[in-house]
Amino acid sequence: MLCIAGTEFRSRLFLGTGKFSSSTVMAKAIEASDCQMITVALRRVDLENPDDDIMKALSQREYTFLPNTSGARNADEAIRLAHIARAASGSSWLKLEVTPDPRTLLPDPVETLFATEKLVKDGFIVLPYMNADPILALKLQDAGAAAVMPLGSPIGTNQGVLTDFQVAIIIEQARVPVVVDAGIGAPSHAAYAMEMGADAVLVNTAISVAGDPVAMAAAFAKAVEAGRTAYIAGMGQKSKHASASSPESGQLSSDLGFLA
Amino acid sequence: MFQSPDFKQLSAQIRCATSESVEQALSATRLRLHDLAALLSPAATPYLQQMAVRSSEITITRFGKTTQLYAPIYLSNYCTNRCVYCGFSADNRIKRKCLTLDEAEKEAMILHDRGFQHILLVSGEAVNAVGIEYMEAIALRLRDKFAAVSIEIQPMSTEHYHRLFLAGITAVAVYQETYNRDIYKTVHLSGKKSDYDYRLETPARVARAGMREVGIGALLGLADWRAEGLAIGHHLDWLRKQFWSTAFTISFPRMRPATGEFEPLEIVTESNLSQLIFALRLFDQDVGLIVSTREEARYRDGMLGLGPTRYSAGSCTAPGGYGNSDADAEQFSVGDHRSLEEVCTVIRSKGFDPVYKDWDCGFQTTY
Repeated sequence: MLCIAGTEFRSRLFLGTGKFSSSTVMAKAIEASDCQMITVALRRVDLENPDDDIMKALSQREYTFLPNTSGARNADEAIRLAHIARAASGSSWLKLEVTPDPRTLLPDPVETLFATEKLVKDGFIVLPYMNADPILALKLQDAGAAAVMPLGSPIGTNQGVLTDFQVAIIIEQARVPVVVDAGIGAPSHAAYAMEMGADAVLVNTAISVAGDPVAMAAAFAKAVEAGRTAYIAGMGQKSKHASASSPESGQLSSDLGFLA
Repeated sequence: MFQSPDFKQLSAQIRCATSESVEQALSATRLRLHDLAALLSPAATPYLQQMAVRSSEITITRFGKTTQLYAPIYLSNYCTNRCVYCGFSADNRIKRKCLTLDEAEKEAMILHDRGFQHILLVSGEAVNAVGIEYMEAIALRLRDKFAAVSIEIQPMSTEHYHRLFLAGITAVAVYQETYNRDIYKTVHLSGKKSDYDYRLETPARVARAGMREVGIGALLGLADWRAEGLAIGHHLDWLRKQFWSTAFTISFPRMRPATGEFEPLEIVTESNLSQLIFALRLFDQDVGLIVSTREEARYRDGMLGLGPTRYSAGSCTAPGGYGNSDADAEQFSVGDHRSLEEVCTVIRSKGFDPVYKDWDCGFQTTY
């Protein structure tokens, strides 16, 4: 079972709550996804107001809420938002997003690392959104991040896991869970990330803007489960290596006749 | 802290492997520990040739057509440990010798003049003779004369390793000898080395101290070599996760005749050793693999380019042995007696480049 900061999650699909046509559709989609971790933008939600649309729609079931700092342009802003969120909600969970470029919404590695170091010291459970940079992932992990969230492609683009080569390195090296976040536009993308060995995926746009968000949420749940099962089962490789070890192509001198 | 898995369970896991699991491991791009278990298994023996091809491809892609070279300098054969397999064991009646700093420097300069840029300082465990001050002093003397100075001495604290790093030591080798806790106890009769856990935690202390490279391994001939290989894989996997900016190497010391009439508890053949090397190369594409002059020239020549990345050459395992060829009381007798130049000639004849220098003292010089 997936475990982040001591909390266990049966579902490896995390959902975002933006861009839904209504809170009702959002709540139904979340229910259909069977997810247990939901991220909410601090700028969109009023944590102190029990009548807030989003909070009200989600209050019926037990979810782990992962407030995010979407909109923060630097570490200072993100840190301030995080403290405000914790004061209002009492929860230390935080999805750290520092995105200075409003066009691409790509995460700022320097400010993200700085904010992670500070927020971990302040007692937050920090899950930083990051570019798929393996060294940054290691540094965030060393700084105390509870998980790392590399992007598959820029947020909202539905392009899939274009960063797969880098994400594979991150997965191989990490000792904290790796959640592929952003750019996952189809259930097949989610399955692909899970087949690679990602611990979870976070999906928002692909579900919220689908023709039928509820059906799409269910499709993602199946895809995530299928991908995880395939990873555990151990995928056969397409591999060029099988041909490389055939006699015709064995050009390398690897004759073992010298062995005593 | 690293918890070494139960040795018997590792053996059992390996013996469950089938030809299907071996074939799956051979075709995987990134291997996991269960793949390593398969490649170490008896089921993988018929696949040794395929493993050699894969191992060679990976090694040449990652390290190029090169072989790094180094030579050991034995500083002292005083030892307070009683290890049944070792020529330096406190029980053995041998002529004991600890080089003075001047003598050690003289030995080093002989190797320097022979062309070596990378030396490995080796010593038995006798902190009164070869302690932190001695090691620090010799490191400071040699740091500017060599590109890299590694050590293979008694385990130390993180603080002492850090002092040695600042003094110019670049790498530390510390082998577990055997990951089998029961056998470890029976072959390490007394002395500080009899503490299995302290030794097991040493590579982590080395890495924590900031050393550039850490060498791990097992002495082959004490316990089931297949399980040793899997335990090394577990250890390496854990170390990589904890210390991602540290480079790692694995050595494969196979038991050789030594003073004291100890017979290996397990026979490890050249085929077995090759399978172990290939399996670990397939498991970890980046780890340095070291084959010393314990092995015979024929074997070392044959293995060039197939997995190993570093060879010792022209080695003498007795303190003062380079300056004085009559020096006796060696730790073990070597299998490859050729000079550096002779080894390099073979390396070149195989289309490989002998690499003398792969580091620079400038990295660790403090201004």
